[in-house]
Amino acid sequence: MATDSAPAPAAPPPASDERLREVSQLSRLLARPELGAVVGAVLVWVFFAIVAFDNNFISWATTAAILNRAAPLGILAVAVALLMIGGEFDLSIGSIVGFAGMTIMVLSFPSEGGGFGWSLWPAVFAALVIALLTGWFNGYLVIMTKLPSFIITLATLFIFRGLTIALTRLRTNRTQLGDLDEVSGFALADTLFASQFTIFGARFRVAILWWIGLAILATWVLLRTKQGNWIFGAGGDANAARSVGVPVNKVKIALFMTTAFAGFLVALIQAVQFNGADTLRGFQQEFDAIIAVVVGGTLLTGGYGSAIGALFGALIFAMVQQGIIITGVDGDWFQVFVGTVLVVAVIFNNFVRQKAAQR
Amino acid sequence: MSGNGTPLLEIRNVSKYFGSVIALEDVSAFVRAGEVTCLLGDNGAGKSTLIKVLSGVHKPTKGQYFFDGKEYNFNSPRDALELGIATVYQDLAMIPLMSVWRNFFLGSEPTKGWGPFKSYDAEFAKTTTKAEMAKMGIDIRDPDQTVGTLSGGERQSVAIARAVYFGAKVLILDEPTAALGVKQAGVVLKYILQARNRGIGVIFITHNPHHAYPVADHFVILRRGQVYGDYTKAELPLEQLVQMMAGGADLEVLQHELEAASREGGEEAEALAETAQNIEAELDELGDDA
Ligand SMILES: Nc1ncnc2c1ncn2[C@@H]1O[C@H](COP(=O)(O)OP(=O)(O)O)[C@@H](O)[C@H]1O
Ligand SMILES: [Mg+2]
Repeated sequence: MATDSAPAPAAPPPASDERLREVSQLSRLLARPELGAVVGAVLVWVFFAIVAFDNNFISWATTAAILNRAAPLGILAVAVALLMIGGEFDLSIGSIVGFAGMTIMVLSFPSEGGGFGWSLWPAVFAALVIALLTGWFNGYLVIMTKLPSFIITLATLFIFRGLTIALTRLRTNRTQLGDLDEVSGFALADTLFASQFTIFGARFRVAILWWIGLAILATWVLLRTKQGNWIFGAGGDANAARSVGVPVNKVKIALFMTTAFAGFLVALIQAVQFNGADTLRGFQQEFDAIIAVVVGGTLLTGGYGSAIGALFGALIFAMVQQGIIITGVDGDWFQVFVGTVLVVAVIFNNFVRQKAAQR
Repeated sequence: MSGNGTPLLEIRNVSKYFGSVIALEDVSAFVRAGEVTCLLGDNGAGKSTLIKVLSGVHKPTKGQYFFDGKEYNFNSPRDALELGIATVYQDLAMIPLMSVWRNFFLGSEPTKGWGPFKSYDAEFAKTTTKAEMAKMGIDIRDPDQTVGTLSGGERQSVAIARAVYFGAKVLILDEPTAALGVKQAGVVLKYILQARNRGIGVIFITHNPHHAYPVADHFVILRRGQVYGDYTKAELPLEQLVQMMAGGADLEVLQHELEAASREGGEEAEALAETAQNIEAELDELGDDA
């Protein structure tokens, strides 16, 4: 049974083995970790399609709004899914979004305003390197101290956010920097990270392609490369994996660098899209990402999960958000809804997993 | 099968101290290719310490380590593994949430393709896992089954089959039958004999003489970190082995325990020993034919 999210094999089992019951395609499908999120996404969509029918929920415009909303969260969630399957947490990813965004801004901001006056691409490259270093730092601390990554990244959540605010203020005396479009190199960045394309009159952002592309890449890595096997192994039982030669420490550090990269990418997309950044960008997004991942069927304890599930988890999150906005329900209720969806999703996932294990 | 071939793996006069604790003192032991050396001892006798020396986890404080007649000094378990000395630990053998085939190849994944498109050859891994298990006489129903859904004995068996497939010349098994029921233990004992029959030297650690006796070619008994006895099977009837294991004062207690146990599971235990011996006889015949 493909409970480690291996794809269901097409070949039927040999008829000679009398102990092997014909396992239907359906029950193989039921064993996949992302099943709960896929079903959940359909249910949430149907719910709002009915409740918000008069508010035009079923429309290209709403669909575009949902996907545009889901994309940045989804990019973070896909990376966090890999990390959580590898058995670790990253609470600092939201702070890395803020840190990377302000790095781009401060480096490219005119020197009269306290910036460094770089052109955009060197600033982007520097932000990438710094983001990867923060990821490496997280991973290295976790490996060295052998403390839970929950604690380490809770600490770096504050450290990175604090550095973002302190350094930006120190240099520019502000917490918000804009006018990125006046920096040389902006046009290309705008095309790559913030352009829009129109389908049936609705405007979809290019970030959606980044999100889906990364989810496909992550799925391929997880299921079809040896590094993916190592991720499952490191998260399933680090000692057992180590004893058969899996470089567990390297895998984990690489995963922290992957989440940091996702934070950088979201920071870049948002800086270009909003034509600037502020020091609080990404605030509390670590929680949204973890919720999307868990709703997507990934186990909090590691060793089990899926990147496609995280994609659907982000989609559910965005549908709920958008649904509440267009139905005109008080936005204050959004958090109640999210918390409820989280608990229901986890209960549902556990139920499905137990069913799958029993066959 | 047993006889006077040169040892494949041998330690001479090995001592291991942890600060003031003497875990092993002047221990010598060996295993030949195609033989099972059984390492017996009560809790705290030093069995785990000894296998950690054998598998390269601990460096001995004193003494020599020979493999295939050459002396070695291991710096890590990797060094031992590269020579074909594979260790199956009781608790950290397998990852429950991963499928059998993913576990089987974990750390040594077969790949196909080239450069950035190099991918895990899942088809090869699945068919090989099934075939290798079949060679060991284990019929896994579905390689996609997660290891967590296998029985304890099957799990040990997968670990043994994996070690054999990856070219183990010496197989070290740390109490593989300790947590298993009688039937399950029988399954594992069968695979120990299978591995032996394929020419592998097996070092089988246990504290249960009833598990040791049917499969072992010779016995090394540890007590308080020292070799208390080293016998071939011909020299040592089962009753005597049981006595050795317990030793003077503890014997009476053990006798009671055994009596109590035999009232509950005696028949089954006997059946187990008999089965194992039958298998052994069969295997010997097979070996003679070849
Ligand atoms: N790392 C260690 N540090 C200190 N003492 C140890 C260590 N490992 C084992 N010992 C001691 O060595 C003795 C033998 O232990 P062990 O090899 O685990 O026995 P067994 O596996 O036969 O039950 C015990 O007294 C144990 O406390
Ligand atoms: Mg022990």
